[in-house]
Formats: sequence, structure tokens, C-alpha cells
Amino acid sequence: MTGGRWFTAVLVASLGVAMVFLTMPLVAIFVDAGPGELISSLDDPGALAALRLSLETTAIALALILVIGTPAAWLLATRSFPGRSLAITLVELPLVVPPAVAGIGLLAAVGPGGLLGDAVASAGLELVFQTTGVVVALTFVASPFYIRQAQAAFGALEPSLMEASRTLGAGEARTFARIAVPNALPGLLAGAALAWGRALGEFGATLVFAGSLGGVTQTAPLAIYERLAGDFTAALALSAVLVAASAAILLGVKLASGVRVLGDARA
Amino acid sequence: MLALDVRTTVGALGLDVRVEVEAGECLAVAGPSGAGKTTLLRIAAGLRGADRGRVECGGEVWLDTASGVSLAPERRRVGYLFQDYALFANLSLWRNVAFGMDGVPRAQRRERALALLDRFAMAARADSRPGALSGGERQRVALARALARRPRALLLDEPLSALDSRTRAGAARELMALMGEAEVPALLVTHDFGEAALLADRVAVIDEGRVVQAGTPADLAGAPASAFVADFTGAVVLHGVARHGDGGLTEVQLDGGGRVTSTDTAEGRVAVSVHPWEIELEPAGAAGAGSARNRVAATVAAVTPLGNRTRVALLAPQPLTAELSRAAADQLALGAGVAVVAVWKATATRLVSL
Repeated sequence: MTGGRWFTAVLVASLGVAMVFLTMPLVAIFVDAGPGELISSLDDPGALAALRLSLETTAIALALILVIGTPAAWLLATRSFPGRSLAITLVELPLVVPPAVAGIGLLAAVGPGGLLGDAVASAGLELVFQTTGVVVALTFVASPFYIRQAQAAFGALEPSLMEASRTLGAGEARTFARIAVPNALPGLLAGAALAWGRALGEFGATLVFAGSLGGVTQTAPLAIYERLAGDFTAALALSAVLVAASAAILLGVKLASGVRVLGDARA
Repeated sequence: MLALDVRTTVGALGLDVRVEVEAGECLAVAGPSGAGKTTLLRIAAGLRGADRGRVECGGEVWLDTASGVSLAPERRRVGYLFQDYALFANLSLWRNVAFGMDGVPRAQRRERALALLDRFAMAARADSRPGALSGGERQRVALARALARRPRALLLDEPLSALDSRTRAGAARELMALMGEAEVPALLVTHDFGEAALLADRVAVIDEGRVVQAGTPADLAGAPASAFVADFTGAVVLHGVARHGDGGLTEVQLDGGGRVTSTDTAEGRVAVSVHPWEIELEPAGAAGAGSARNRVAATVAAVTPLGNRTRVALLAPQPLTAELSRAAADQLALGAGVAVVAVWKATATRLVSL
């Protein structure tokens, strides 16, 4: 097949360019300043507070997404009802909405003077410029990643599994908890990791809706942006932590879904 | 007793079936794919509803559309064997079996599950997951699981079709022994008449949503009520026009040429059925000294050995199939293209008016 050799060369060259382009910035984050300098800039209490806030808000957002998103995805995956397609489209909408627009939308909906502003205020909730607001923004942008993946995972289960559970005396709720969720677990974990990754990197919606107050709403991405002008090394150090966390998430997804990380994983 | 009387539509198919199965009896509903067999089982189990109808088991009403009764599947106590066995991959074998033991105290479940697995020679693997099991092993675990609930009816969906031919005989024996012990009605659906005849006391042949004939397997094979049933039971089916012939016999002029006689009486368009094992083959041009009255010249199209038997597909104006002993086939030196005469008796020839 010597006639195809030039084509193989094109394929290899394309992949090479893509790999260099995609990994270079990430490698540069670690190489540009050197590990010693990176670690010492993390001593900054502001940076640590931002990382901590990111961890807390993403964890709460993820918990909300799992608790609400799992049953919602199950409903979308297993029942047919009028408006199901519309519901799926609406759930996916935040995926394509620009984050800044999502922030504006949240302000218009639940901000002071917004559509539900009075209801939110009378419930004793303060969202804007509050940590709670960060959680709301993260949940908004990240939940479609989980719900989509969970719906696909539930949809891929053999219906006979759930039917067998029913004929064996388990009601719908027990069938969901004991059969559907455990058997869809790899897909659910992958969805949770994707949602967490998206929440961890969230910038625009948070900035617009909750602002960037140190220790209150300033998550790690916002802290990076703030340091960018003044202290580039500090921005690099925070970025390195986020890259490491994101890489760990990706690795977790791959392991959870049983994909080989090294070697030829095509099979 | 399990009694079903249901009408419903599945896509373009109108299902309208009424069957009754006594305790300790096995009724097979047999028919081609798409005849509505699995739908019937699903209605019995409560996994889908019916437009109209009634399902009753042991005096308990499970479904009655007239009075709006429809018990959820978990309240019907059926032992449902799924075609793909539907074992829970996230649970060990014994937990699969114990899944349906809702009346059994928690402490006793493992012991009871082990006893059931032992009954199917699977106790040694009680702690492994279903993923590593062969098809036959899966079926045995699935049966143990279906029985663990002490079902009031067994519903079996193509119980043997997922097994290879070597595993099938053993699985069939186990299944029959089990149905004998269980003393509950068993309703089995299959597309394979052989499977139905092997496992069931009675067979209801269903086509396009309706039972076209019901009876013992021997009844159906011996006296098929229609060409469809004859064809489904594996008989050769030829079409032609019947008229009264000599000696009280019926003569059938076959479409495309040839003539056969039958001891059945019929007139007009008929389907002629004969079982492959009733058809003998003679070399072309042989004298034909025997008593068999039906002789059709044919050419061998294919020869398929089946253990000690040989199945011979024949080209004639209408295709025929003969089944001979292996030794007889060898003696005739059969091969594609060989000219033969297919011979069978008028008494083995069934006629069905069309």
C-alpha cells in the first residue's frame, strides 16, 4: 500500500500539530517559572482562599447536581411524555449559552429586582456577591454536562434489567436505587467528573452574577485573572494547581469508564 | 390456573389471544417472530398494559380493564425468565438469587440462595459476578432467581434460544424437571416448534396476533388445521387442487405439475402437507415396487447431515424436503444435481382446504 504513504504522513503530521498545540500551554505553565517559585507563590493567603472557595463551591454544586440531576436524567431516559424532546433541549441549552450571558440571565432571574428576586429575598437568600451565588452560577453551567451523560448512561441499560427487578418484587424506587444506578455507575461518574471539571473552570457566569470578592466569591479562575496584571508567577502557580486538578479529574473519568489510559486504547 | 384473555395493538399488529394454563401444566405459545408472543408474556407479568382484557392467576385478578384493576409487576409474583436472562451485573450470583426474597428474613437469604444455586449446580460460584458465566450457566442462575420468589406462575421467554446446540439438551432437561416440580402454571413462548414440542404439554400456535390452533404437539404435527401450522411444525407444504379420485382417495393436481393422492377428503384448492421423515428417495428410473402411491420426480439441491440423519432439499415444481437415515443417504450416493424420485404414502399426506 505504498500509494497511501503520503496520506499516512498527512495524518501523522496533523496529529502531531494538534498534540503540540494542545499540550504546549499546559506544559508551559509548569516550566515557565520553575517548581520552587510556583510553590512559594502559593503561600499567598488570597490564593489559598481562592482554591479553598473553588473546592467548596464546586463540591456543593456537584452535590446539588447529583441529587437533582440523577432522578431527572432517569425520567428523561426511561419515560416518554409529551414535551420530552423539548425538556431535553432546554436542559442542554446552558451548554451553548455564553457564560457571561448565563450570568446576566441569572441576575435577571434571581438578582435583586429580577423575575424571582423578591421571592429569593423573602426566602432569606442573598445570592449576588455572595458565596451562595457562586454555587448557583456553577450549578447552572455545569448541570447539563451531568444530566446529558447520566441520561445516556441510563438509556444504554438493557430494559430487561429493570423489568427483571420489577418481576422480582422491587418497586420503581428500589429498582432505580438498586439496579439502575449501580449498573449505570461508570457513566454517572464520568458525567459527574465532566460537570465538576466545568464547574472548576467556571469564570464568566460567576464574575457577572457573583462578582470577584476575595474570600467570598473569588474562585481560583477569578483569582488567576486578578493576579494576571500584577503578579504573573502567582497566576501561573494557581493555574498549575487547576491543571493538576483537571488532569486528575480526566484520569478519574477514564478509569471509571474502564478506558486504558496508556498503551493502545483503541480496543 | 393462569388465564389470559387480552386484546391490544402492538404497532400494526392486533393481538387477540385467550389461553388458559392449569397448575403444573406448561403451555407453549409458538409462532414466528412478530406474532405478538413476547407482548403476551409482558402483559401477563404487568410489564405492559392491554387495551382490553383480563389476567387471572390462582383466583387472583391481576388485570381487568373492565373494572380498572391492574396490579404492578412487583405485586404479581411471577417467575419471569427473560430471553437475555437479565442477570444483575452489579450483584454476585447469590445476591441475584436473593433479590426477590422479600418475605425471607435477611439472615436466611444467603443460605436459601445457596440452596437454590446448588439445585442448579451453581453454588460453587455463588460469590462471583454474572459477567464471567456462559450462556447455560446464566440460564441456570436466572431460573434459580425466578424460583426464589416462590412464583405463582412461570413465564418463560424463548428459554433455549440463547443457548448453543450443545448446551440446549441439558438445559431443556433441567427446565422440564423444574416445571414438573414447581406445580404452578408455566407459559412459555418460542418461535421454534421443536422447542415447544420438547418442553410443553400443549402448544398454541399463534400467527399475526391470534391463536390459529392449539393442542398437544403430536396433534398439531399430525393434523395441522392450516398450511401455516403445517409449515410451522416443519412439514413440507405443497399447493394444488383436490378432487375425488379412485378407491375413495383424494387426488391433488399440484401447482406446476405432478399429482399426489391422500386418504384425507377435500375438494378445491388445498395445501398438502407431509413430514420430511415420511418421504423416501429412490434413484430416478427405479421400478417403484412399493405400496407408496405418491411419486414426484425431483433433483437434489442440497444434502445436510444432522447427526445420524440427513436432510435432503429437493428441487421439484414445488420444493420438497426429505429426511433419511445417514446410512440410507450414503447408500444412494446423494449429491447436488442427482435425479431422484420422492416417494410417500397417501396415508401420510394431510390435506387442508384453503
